[in-house]
Amino acid sequence: MNFPKTLIAILALLPALACASEGGFPLDKAPERGSVTSLQHGAKLFVNYCLNCHAAASMRYNRLKDIGLTDDQIKNNLLFSGEKVGDVMTVALRPADAKAWFGAIPPDLSVIARAKASSAGTGGDYLYTYLRSFYKDDTRPTGWNNMVLPNVAMPHTMWQLQGVRTVKMVEEKDPHDPAKTVHKFAGYEMVKPGSMSANDFDIATADLVYYLEWMAEPAQGTRKRLGVWVLLFLSIFSLLCWRLSASYWKNVK
Amino acid sequence: MAAFKETKFPADAPAAEKAVGWIDDRFPLTKLWNDQWGTYYAPKNFNFWYIFGVLATLILVLQIVTGIFLTMHYKPDATLAFGSVEYIMREVPWGWLVRYMHSTGASAFFIVIYLHMTRALIYGSYRKPRELIWLFGFAIFLALMAEAFFGYLLPWGQMSYWGAQVIVNLFGAIPLIGPDLSLWIRGDYVVSDATLNRFFAFHVIAIPLVILGLVAAHLIALHEVGSNNPDGIEVKDTLGPDGHPLDAVPSHPYYTFHDLFGVSVFLVIFSTVVFFAPEMGGYFLEYNNFIPADSLKTPLHIAPTWYFTPFYSVLRAITADFMYVLMAVVAAYVVFVFLKSRLAFKTKAIIAVIGLLMIIGMLPAILDAKFWGVVLFGASVMILAALPWLDHSPVRSIRYRPDWHKYVYALFGFAFVTLGYLGTRAPSPIGGVVSQVCTLIYFGFFLLMPWWSTMGRFKPVPKRVTFHPH
Repeated sequence: MNFPKTLIAILALLPALACASEGGFPLDKAPERGSVTSLQHGAKLFVNYCLNCHAAASMRYNRLKDIGLTDDQIKNNLLFSGEKVGDVMTVALRPADAKAWFGAIPPDLSVIARAKASSAGTGGDYLYTYLRSFYKDDTRPTGWNNMVLPNVAMPHTMWQLQGVRTVKMVEEKDPHDPAKTVHKFAGYEMVKPGSMSANDFDIATADLVYYLEWMAEPAQGTRKRLGVWVLLFLSIFSLLCWRLSASYWKNVK
Repeated sequence: MAAFKETKFPADAPAAEKAVGWIDDRFPLTKLWNDQWGTYYAPKNFNFWYIFGVLATLILVLQIVTGIFLTMHYKPDATLAFGSVEYIMREVPWGWLVRYMHSTGASAFFIVIYLHMTRALIYGSYRKPRELIWLFGFAIFLALMAEAFFGYLLPWGQMSYWGAQVIVNLFGAIPLIGPDLSLWIRGDYVVSDATLNRFFAFHVIAIPLVILGLVAAHLIALHEVGSNNPDGIEVKDTLGPDGHPLDAVPSHPYYTFHDLFGVSVFLVIFSTVVFFAPEMGGYFLEYNNFIPADSLKTPLHIAPTWYFTPFYSVLRAITADFMYVLMAVVAAYVVFVFLKSRLAFKTKAIIAVIGLLMIIGMLPAILDAKFWGVVLFGASVMILAALPWLDHSPVRSIRYRPDWHKYVYALFGFAFVTLGYLGTRAPSPIGGVVSQVCTLIYFGFFLLMPWWSTMGRFKPVPKRVTFHPH
């Protein structure tokens, strides 16, 4: 048997295997956000638009102090119904009601940005694309549908900001069967503009996604900052260990 | 048994010396230290491959210590488990660090153990008289797989839940007792709170105790017969005037500080993952596992964690179509054994009967492909234990084997890694065929080893080890 040939054959096959993964709606890259203002803006959007139905039961309100808010700011701007700043972000919506109204219980959003990561993109990319892909669809109970997650139970909560859009579909030949045609997405059409321009809405969504990413792991900043020092220490430590070891081993002939 | 005798020290002897003397009269502390490490003579030509035993020990300690702190806040309850992990990540001071060290440690353990086993493979460390070291090590590997499997259910995410569901269901493929057996393992008809509680018990106490016992046996056996080395020769054959091997050095201080350096480099790599990539692109912490377990929503694609995927691929490779290939392969192997092996006729006859029973069992009407998938899945792990008796090469180390043996090892390594990679992906037609080919290569490597390991021109083995002073 010719081993090198077998190796090369299998090697050549591997990229084909890697690419043979799922299709789906392509994800946009979530824009880089870095400022505390973006985080705070995202937190505000989250509390106003998401926290009515979705809980974030692992997240305490006063953890928002990590992103520069004070107890008073949290109390005055983000708490609506008598919660305390030390409470976790729960919702009054009862699961049974949610099931009756939407057909599904809105998932907890504490770690949603980590859960939605995949080979197609980061969790942030997914959320950024998903939140900007709602369109009007009268066949759905809520009147809304979504390109990323078709037939999702969630309505477009930020429609007043983005406006009302429909999708344009074109008929195209099925690449697998020339006798048939397939629906193909050809862009959105604005029916009624919202209060934000498309660009402003993208920025607002990016801020919201940035907040969701932070909330999924509030310790990530500390983790990376500390990591630099740990690696610095360990590098010097291994240098010393190396020389110490060498000083013993120089006697071994 | 000699009568007890208290060692007498001069009045001005240091307090520490007196204290150790007092203990030594009652417990062999100094003797233990010297036998197991202090004056344990280890070959001086250890290379990069010889660090992984120490690293595995380090990770074992790390997993136990971080595990103890995790159990202080973790709740083994189906309604609370997922939330308690997030509680550790957010509310417990340094909880995130302890958790990431534990989750990264799990993967690091397998990386280190796989490299440790590779070392044994390429330098023939399992050959006589080290068969028991290998068997103890193999048992540690089995226990480690069980430990990782039980532990993976605890975060109670979607992948935890469905991974456990799939693996426990495998037991259902065993004829007659299968369904009852998997019911007995789960403690319920589906993976549930009962399953979580018992897996917690296995993960935090039962299996760790077994592992600790086996590690002790592994080390005692090693220090009894002495270490192998990259040249695969016995350093004990060449003794110096002091009665110690000429080509060995006492572990302390030489390997103490040598290994400390290795440990420090490992810690740099380990910390890089812990602090900068704890998810490791979804391989160390799977994305789906950030969704709480839901018994009503089966994920589209269920894959075990990466360290199980080579064996999982073997399981998936066994399809109904493939059974005919397997029947032909079994028949060919039996004929091969009859013609080529020097085994006693009785042994050959037993092999032939087993082969015949397997071929009959592989007929679609007798046992289905799922059963054989589980059998080969188990066999792909268990066959490792037979290595000391499969390898008939006249030399231990790859250094003195014919050059083409290196290609055989490379092909085996490549098949193993490919199986591992394919096991992480969703099933696909090409992937299926490739994993079937790799499965045949995997088993062929072991089952044909008694022949190929003796073939070719072996190089002369030196009397003394190859060593370049530092």
